Amino acid sequence: MTGQSQAHPTDADLIGFVLTEARLIDAHRFEEWLDLFCDDGRYWMPLEWGQTDRRLHASLMDEDKLLLRVRVERLKGNRTFSQKPKSRCHHVLQVPMIDSRDDGAGTYELYTPFHYVETRLDEQTLYAGWARHSLVHADGRLRIKLKRVDLVNPEAAFGNIQLFM
Amino acid sequence: MSTPRYHGNPQAVRALVRETAVHRDVYTDPDVFALEMEHLFANTWNYVGHASQVAKPGDYITTTIGAQPVIMVRHTDGAVRVLYNRCPHKGTKIAIDGCGNTGKFFRCPYHAWTFKTDGSLLAIPLKKGYDGTGFENSDAARGLTPVRHVKNYRDFVFAKINDAGPDFETFFGESLSSLDNMIDRSPEGKLEVAGGVFRYMHNCNWKMLVENQTDTCHPMVAHESSAGTAIDVWKTAGGPKPMAVEIFAPFMSSYEFFEGMGIRVWDNGHGHTGVSHSIHSDYSAVPGYFDQMVAAYGEARARAILDENRHNTVYFPNIMIKGPIQLLRIFRPIAANKTLVESWTYRLVGAPDLLLERTLMYNRLINAPTSVVGHDDLEMYERAQEGLASNGNEWVNVQRLYDAAESASPVAVTNGTTEWQMRNQFRAWSKFITMTM
Repeated sequence: MTGQSQAHPTDADLIGFVLTEARLIDAHRFEEWLDLFCDDGRYWMPLEWGQTDRRLHASLMDEDKLLLRVRVERLKGNRTFSQKPKSRCHHVLQVPMIDSRDDGAGTYELYTPFHYVETRLDEQTLYAGWARHSLVHADGRLRIKLKRVDLVNPEAAFGNIQLFM
Repeated sequence: MSTPRYHGNPQAVRALVRETAVHRDVYTDPDVFALEMEHLFANTWNYVGHASQVAKPGDYITTTIGAQPVIMVRHTDGAVRVLYNRCPHKGTKIAIDGCGNTGKFFRCPYHAWTFKTDGSLLAIPLKKGYDGTGFENSDAARGLTPVRHVKNYRDFVFAKINDAGPDFETFFGESLSSLDNMIDRSPEGKLEVAGGVFRYMHNCNWKMLVENQTDTCHPMVAHESSAGTAIDVWKTAGGPKPMAVEIFAPFMSSYEFFEGMGIRVWDNGHGHTGVSHSIHSDYSAVPGYFDQMVAAYGEARARAILDENRHNTVYFPNIMIKGPIQLLRIFRPIAANKTLVESWTYRLVGAPDLLLERTLMYNRLINAPTSVVGHDDLEMYERAQEGLASNGNEWVNVQRLYDAAESASPVAVTNGTTEWQMRNQFRAWSKFITMTM
């Protein structure tokens, strides 16, 4: 391990990580995107405004890595008819804010307002919300422990949301 | 828009439903849709809500019956009332916020007319302006109009708008056994709405969703991409079967599995899949639950309740329940080509939380707008809605395992891959839509 990789991540490293994460999704580089998550990492999209209970209240998504892997594999599938043709998506992120930094523990919290467009065929839908990344720094790299995505209108009636915000 | 060729023409409406096929206009024609709203959803018993949503006097929810906005409210006498959600004055909706507590009365936000929670007019500001106008004989003086026929069946509240159509017990008959089984799964015989509701917009006709509930020849095809992938990913990863895979995997069961599970049909368009077993049969046991059930019911009765594993029970016209996992879906018609699907879940009062947790996971994985299984289904409905615009063939086939003698048997148990239940729904559709035309 190099000396550089053991250093604490800079603010630019943390912000760059969040920006790169969105770019990988937009570029459909889902294998690389999955690799950003810890083995016990989660992707959580609450169903309720300000939701705190993930267990006894429903969520739009509450995916461990296995469920994320199912989605990524499904997107590649030859009989995945809802992805024939495929959806595309586009993130516009506000500059991520570093809400907390604990270099001792190697944990970092970031807050990123976003607009997200998902499109397929002639349909284009705009979503807006806030992403909160809980990152861990270990073995010289940053990974996602939890990505929480709060939509501005999580309880609204949506059509298909097929990719990742 | 098509010309209104069906309005006032019950013969033309009946001709849309043949023994083994239905005309595409039942899914696509705005005139047929308007007749459904005016007649079908008025002559049948419709699910309004659950009494646990209005636990205390003054508690209310806002919802719809067909296309009509209504309020379900707990009156001061403790009974659950269903009122049309429009001020008798100018038509303003009295409440629009989903749920709340209105206290002892509703107050219209436009001109401050007030109404008791049974709908009766309480007060009007500057009332003397109506003196000598004959106001007491006006429609407005009656207050918020109540829906005339309301039945609270073990906390499930249903309503029928018209006087026409059968009474509650006749309409549902033996089909209430599915609702009973879902409720009896609580050691206290009581359910509560819990965990939030998924609202999922579909650009297709509402009946496509109702038919899908007993369509047992689609899971292994349409859901190969989701359930099949989940099995593959889990097998590659190794380890014990997680709850999510336990939920996904049965969707890939064989044709023989679904043939053997059986379908039961009841009169008036009700029916269910999973007579002998279902995709919910092999979930892991939840520690402590069986003991609670035995303590409440005795062992024989507890086993009888839990050995029922009915898959999907359709209550005509537009709800489906899953007894074994306490889930209810309502297919709300918005237009001929637009349907809002709400998926509700219930807590078994007195049972372990893990049961609700599994129910919520099922709902999220299968019924959410973010659900891969939901994506598989919606893609098929929307392709069908668009495909029906083609004039090459105006008929949708519902012929599988048809028997010319079947309409003489209002109640039957048969092969689990039959389309009898779809035909049963359309026979009821034809009967109730033309009943008051």
